[in-house]
Amino acid sequence: MTHNAIIYILVAALVSYIIRVLPLTLIRKPITNRFIMSFLYYVPYVTLSVMTFPSIIEATQCPIAGLAALLTSIAAALLGAGLFPVACVSCLTVLASEFLLGC
Amino acid sequence: MNEKKKNFVDGLRDGFPIGMGYFAVAFSLGFIARKAGLTPLEGYLASVLNHASAGEYGLYTSVAELATYAEVALITFIANARYLLMSCSLSQRFDPNAPFFHRLLVGFGITDEIFGVSIARPGYLSPEHFYGAMVISIPLWGLGNFLGIWLGNLLPGHITSALSVALYGMFIAIIIPPAKKEKVIAVAVFASFLFSYLATQTPYIKDLSAGTRTIILTVIISTVASLVKPVKESEINQMEEKE
Repeated sequence: MTHNAIIYILVAALVSYIIRVLPLTLIRKPITNRFIMSFLYYVPYVTLSVMTFPSIIEATQCPIAGLAALLTSIAAALLGAGLFPVACVSCLTVLASEFLLGC
Repeated sequence: MNEKKKNFVDGLRDGFPIGMGYFAVAFSLGFIARKAGLTPLEGYLASVLNHASAGEYGLYTSVAELATYAEVALITFIANARYLLMSCSLSQRFDPNAPFFHRLLVGFGITDEIFGVSIARPGYLSPEHFYGAMVISIPLWGLGNFLGIWLGNLLPGHITSALSVALYGMFIAIIIPPAKKEKVIAVAVFASFLFSYLATQTPYIKDLSAGTRTIILTVIISTVASLVKPVKESEINQMEEKE
């Protein structure tokens, strides 16, 4: 490698930190604008949803296993299971469906 | 004092499953870092400093392509831009009287999942809860990356396949309970799934990086939701006031 790996890492780390800390340090007062409040209210749910699908069906060896994991996870979460149990359900679903489907 | 300690322990408890998911994701990210020629220790360092899956993916592929430092900075910015939004969101939940250094430390720990579990708690954000989640999950991320680079492709494909969905399982556990309570969130979640899928099938858009697509879709869908269904005053008060 002609470039220095440590410098690459530090550049990425610095940018990541600035992005994360700037709004928190600059915005010190409650935002009263209703649109901005609403926008910030929806952002976390939308962004997590966007990142979940279709990535979950691309992460497994066969897409159906990922789809099955999506459905069982949603069912488990609807039934009130917490973070770790739902994560386990998704892993086990993939293991079981890839075993059954032989892919 | 006691409540701070309790919040910290709660954070450890919430952070453990997150850390398990991170371990799995960082492990598979390690395969990419290994191709880029990074050592396990360099991967550990990159992971505890960045702890962002899309960001690290961008970093490792850039290192493999011998990109310029400026390119790495830009890719990191785009892949992680959603943290700007989360940081804005957290600023609204911060106790105005909390010491300033908490903002510097909490900011460092923002990830999708730590943000998710902390924002789901009522009242002002508890920095101690945040720290609890950070100190257990971020080192696990680093360890996963270290081992992934070190052990390479030794794990059988089925195990990697199963481990790699743990992270999505956690995302689902975060978004489904509020969607069950609020119809508008349920609609937003479904619309996000749908348009996210369509974006991977649409010419030109599908060629964008996953990070860029996430930013564009997040901004558009959240904007539409805010215009169609602005949050009610009572909900805003609920977000601002402590329990």
